Amino acid sequence: MDLTTFLIQCLNSVQYGLLLFLVASGLTLIFGIMGVINLAHGSFYMLGAYMAFALAPLFGPQFLLMLVAGVLLAAFFGYLLEWVFFSYLYRREHLQQVLMTYALILVFEEVRSLLVGNDVHGVQAPGWLAGSIALGERMTYPVYRLFASAACIAVAVGLYFVVNRTRLGMMVRAGASNRDMVRGLGINIKLLYRCVFAAGVALAALAGMIAAPLSSVYPGMGGSVLIICFVVVVIGGIGSITGALIASLLIGFVDTFGKVFFAELSGLGVYLLMAVILVWRPEGLVKRNY
Amino acid sequence: MYAPSSSAASTATPARATRGWLLPVGVALALAVLPFVISSYQQDLVLKVLIYAIFALSLELLVGSTGLVSLGHAAFLGIGAYVAALGSPASESASVLWLLPAAMGSAAAYALFVGVLSLRTKGVYFIMVTLAFAQMAYFVFHDTRIAGGSDGLYLNVKPVLGTLLDLDKRVHFYYFVLAALVLTYALLALLLRSRFGHALAGIRSNEQRMRAVGFRTYTYKLAAFVIAGALAGLAGFLLAVKDGVVNPDLLSWHESGGVLLMLILGGVGHLRGAVIGAVAFTLLKELYSSQGIVGPLADHWQLTFGLTIIAFVALLPKGLMGLTARPKSAPARARPAGAVTGDDDE
Repeated sequence: MDLTTFLIQCLNSVQYGLLLFLVASGLTLIFGIMGVINLAHGSFYMLGAYMAFALAPLFGPQFLLMLVAGVLLAAFFGYLLEWVFFSYLYRREHLQQVLMTYALILVFEEVRSLLVGNDVHGVQAPGWLAGSIALGERMTYPVYRLFASAACIAVAVGLYFVVNRTRLGMMVRAGASNRDMVRGLGINIKLLYRCVFAAGVALAALAGMIAAPLSSVYPGMGGSVLIICFVVVVIGGIGSITGALIASLLIGFVDTFGKVFFAELSGLGVYLLMAVILVWRPEGLVKRNY
Repeated sequence: MYAPSSSAASTATPARATRGWLLPVGVALALAVLPFVISSYQQDLVLKVLIYAIFALSLELLVGSTGLVSLGHAAFLGIGAYVAALGSPASESASVLWLLPAAMGSAAAYALFVGVLSLRTKGVYFIMVTLAFAQMAYFVFHDTRIAGGSDGLYLNVKPVLGTLLDLDKRVHFYYFVLAALVLTYALLALLLRSRFGHALAGIRSNEQRMRAVGFRTYTYKLAAFVIAGALAGLAGFLLAVKDGVVNPDLLSWHESGGVLLMLILGGVGHLRGAVIGAVAFTLLKELYSSQGIVGPLADHWQLTFGLTIIAFVALLPKGLMGLTARPKSAPARARPAGAVTGDDDE
């Protein structure tokens, strides 16, 4: 493997890892802060991808505007969903939540099939992102992949800033460590949870929209992402955004280079990594420190 | 004067114990005469339900009795099924006598390996580690050619037991499966009454205290994990023989999730709940996806099935078993597995 190929694989790893981080950060927020095991999170990723498919012709070259519109729609959807289905689940056992969110996956898949059908669709990247840049003499790298990485980094920085530096973030962190105390301090925890859930849905949908031009848009795309995201959340340490970032990048590299070197058993690598890490550190890489 | 009251007191418990046994025995007898009155399609469905009931019971030993929520139980089902298929020669029948122990033993061996490593973790982390090991097994069968890859394998010639039993014959197989279910149920019921079962119950409600009392809880949990794996291997063996084909989907997380859902649907914490859950889950799925009963809605079975489960969650927080529970005994069972599924650190 020469240097250029290696570089390209590294870029791919980072890009895949960052995309995973976007989905997993939403999951770890909902999981760590609200204590809900949300199996339906993969469906929100799928929702985003299908939104990109539906909205792309409307917005044309205004790709960024489309992302904003999609995020707002997804957040609104998440807000409603929390209200109708999740708000009464917090006091229940985790297993009940598993059952409920599994049922939601089925419903989402079927509604998707009724609305859009079961075909595989492609989404075009907008014209100004469609080209590729030269790397070395023979290799090129698509601009859109670089854009995807940049967008994910921007969101990650924004997320870090909001959670660690703002009053809202402070309430979110407080809510994660002691729900009753936060309520005692006069903070509307129900509203807070609803917003966190909406944000989680929006993050997953954003990831889906960004991913749509890279992969195709197809039925069941939520399922595979869901499991990998749970792996990210657990390797990183539940509720830790930093941990999720480290874990996603780690998985990005293991998966990408696993495909290069051990094509036959590439699917195994990620899970092997997870087993090793959890046997070594049973509570994940980063223990929640708030 | 004392005689009536003391005899009433002493008969009260055995009477309840008898009643406790009466229902499962009655159900088993009803199942024994069933093949004479139903069509072969229905018989196939009943077989599927019975096998999934064994699978659900095996997981119940972990989830309900020990408080270990595993999301990788399908690995053991799949390994049992694959060993049954790999061990059956293409042209002659294998003997149940060694093929069944081989299937269960392989599943138990993998369970031992997984258990040794994964029981170091707790709660949600345990859920995920078991999932990880199941996914590894899935990818080994899916991506390599050792067992037919993603296409799977066929099991053309069903195993036999001398001239006594030929699993290719519908009736033989039916009673074989029924016997397997009855034995599994009886084994687990006895196990839960034994000292071992009480130790597991102790671990479920407070592992730290059990350790303080002097139990080596890790060993107990590992034993439960291996037994559950072996029984799942039994279910896998039966599934492979019933369908005559195995594929990697048997090990997928959908299968692991499905059996967990059966338990939750039925009500965690009772052996009966596992069986009821397996029956309800399999039949509901069949009902909603059969053209003859629900008409064109059958194409959208996921929607109706999903909405039904949502209704179950909303209306029956303790699963279907919650319907039969006497109000007095309800609080003691109120949170059978809630404490172990994740919030240890909160």
